Amino acid sequence: MSAVPLNRIKSTYQFLSARVNNVSPSGIRKFFDLLSSVEDVISLGVGEPDFVTPWQIREAAIYSLEKGYTMYTSNYGLPELRQKLAEHLESQYLGYNPNTELLITTGVSEGLDLALRAILNPGDEVIMPDPCYVAYPACTLLAEGKPVTVPTTEQNDFQIKASDIKTRINHRTKAILIGYPSNPTGAIMPRDELAQIADIADEYNLIVISDEIYGRLVYDVDHVCFASLPRMRDRTILLSGFSKAYAMTGWRIGYAAANHQIIEAMTKIHQYTILCAPITAQMAAIEALKSADNEVEAMVRDYDRRRRFMLEGLKDIGLTCFEPKGAFYTFPSIKVTGMTSEKFAERLLLEEKVAVVPGSAFGQCGEGYIRCCYATSLADIEEALKRMGRFVSKYKQKT
Amino acid sequence: MKQIFEILENNARATSQQISKMTGIPVTEVEKAIKQAEKDKTILKYKTMINWSKLGEEQVWAIVEVKVVPQRNVGFDAIAEHIYRFPQARSVYLVSGTYDLAVLVVGKTMQEIAAFVTEKLAPLETVQGTATYFLLKRYKEDGEILEGEGGVKRLPITP
Repeated sequence: MSAVPLNRIKSTYQFLSARVNNVSPSGIRKFFDLLSSVEDVISLGVGEPDFVTPWQIREAAIYSLEKGYTMYTSNYGLPELRQKLAEHLESQYLGYNPNTELLITTGVSEGLDLALRAILNPGDEVIMPDPCYVAYPACTLLAEGKPVTVPTTEQNDFQIKASDIKTRINHRTKAILIGYPSNPTGAIMPRDELAQIADIADEYNLIVISDEIYGRLVYDVDHVCFASLPRMRDRTILLSGFSKAYAMTGWRIGYAAANHQIIEAMTKIHQYTILCAPITAQMAAIEALKSADNEVEAMVRDYDRRRRFMLEGLKDIGLTCFEPKGAFYTFPSIKVTGMTSEKFAERLLLEEKVAVVPGSAFGQCGEGYIRCCYATSLADIEEALKRMGRFVSKYKQKT
Repeated sequence: MKQIFEILENNARATSQQISKMTGIPVTEVEKAIKQAEKDKTILKYKTMINWSKLGEEQVWAIVEVKVVPQRNVGFDAIAEHIYRFPQARSVYLVSGTYDLAVLVVGKTMQEIAAFVTEKLAPLETVQGTATYFLLKRYKEDGEILEGEGGVKRLPITP
């Protein structure tokens, strides 16, 4: 090998594409580096369940390995999985043809990337809420689209308003990208609000990408699947997966459901880049759909208790927080301290050893808020709240 | 209301305040429900699960199958009651199958358990026969795993 060692090149930046350079690294990652320097941290910064995947799902995956299921599958995913998934979606929301309208992906992350790349031409605009999940603007940019954010506020329970969407539509607008229940806010969208968005999608002929990965994690309300609204089935790319409901984040297994032409386009990218989702994860997903409803319900009940507990606790320590009805996050305001989200999160970590994620990592409208995940033990939530209480009263500004 | 008991069953030390926060039921109502449940024996007892082997305490556990002759009018209940009064019998169940009562016996030594079976259980008039199985290892009890590796750690910050 006689290649020039990298250290002889002054800067490798020159090799990177403008597309990639345009995207800044996730604010969450930046925080992660700081975190690794502090010990004995209680973390409310995670974005995944604290449950392990239910045993029968793990067991089914192990058994599939023993039997020798180690090959590629169809690009679309195992026929049995698509069949089961179609039945599941039909019973929950609406029907899809398992042969032509479903694609098994390596998590919603892949599904999102495929959806955006399948529909966007350079410069096409995608309307999305602010704050929103970190991948929405990033993946839009990587697909050479332009993210157009719609501010959402605590006063409106962080719901995206149809009227606000409307003012941002122009001839370049291609799609609306929503993710409810929301990461980071825990907000949900009621049916009538979604219906107004559906009307706009119809009126302006837009595609709606709906990330419903937290759809099963709702409390006191029913989740409304956007695609199930009248006339929306063929304009919606429904993205979801197994990570959150079945506690299967590390398996990387999700799906996209849409009109067959869209699925075909997404599969074109998928077959060249991923080929197929890992077969072991697909086997596990089949078992999840077959037998894990009780486990999902038990986990949801448990999250709900911790949600209420944390919400009450936040109030007690003097932080205001709207009531999140989905996912496993609270999104309290830290404005009483006068600090920026980032400063708050950094100081809280260093002074009290509690990790939270600054709301600003999810968009400008997240400034003044922090994301606290309650998918952690009750004892840890209690201790974290105690420490946060100490911290808040120390820095609370006199009014 | 059911939630209160689900929480307590899993953690007897959960306070009324905590339960109230978790369920949204007012503290006074939580307390009232618990008081009532204690009174009517819905809540039988608050216990702690101790892994005695960690304290170096030896314990011997055995499952004893007991075949009995049911008695007129009282069936198996009279003999079951007779047996469960012995403090050595930690649990007593009536079961279907080839024998009738399953008795979980706990003692300090094998001799102690053997003495209980041969001197107390077997000689009972309605007892036709017993079979004793000493437990070699307890893996999981009441839903709790006694010895196992700790959980896998999550990354502290994830999207």
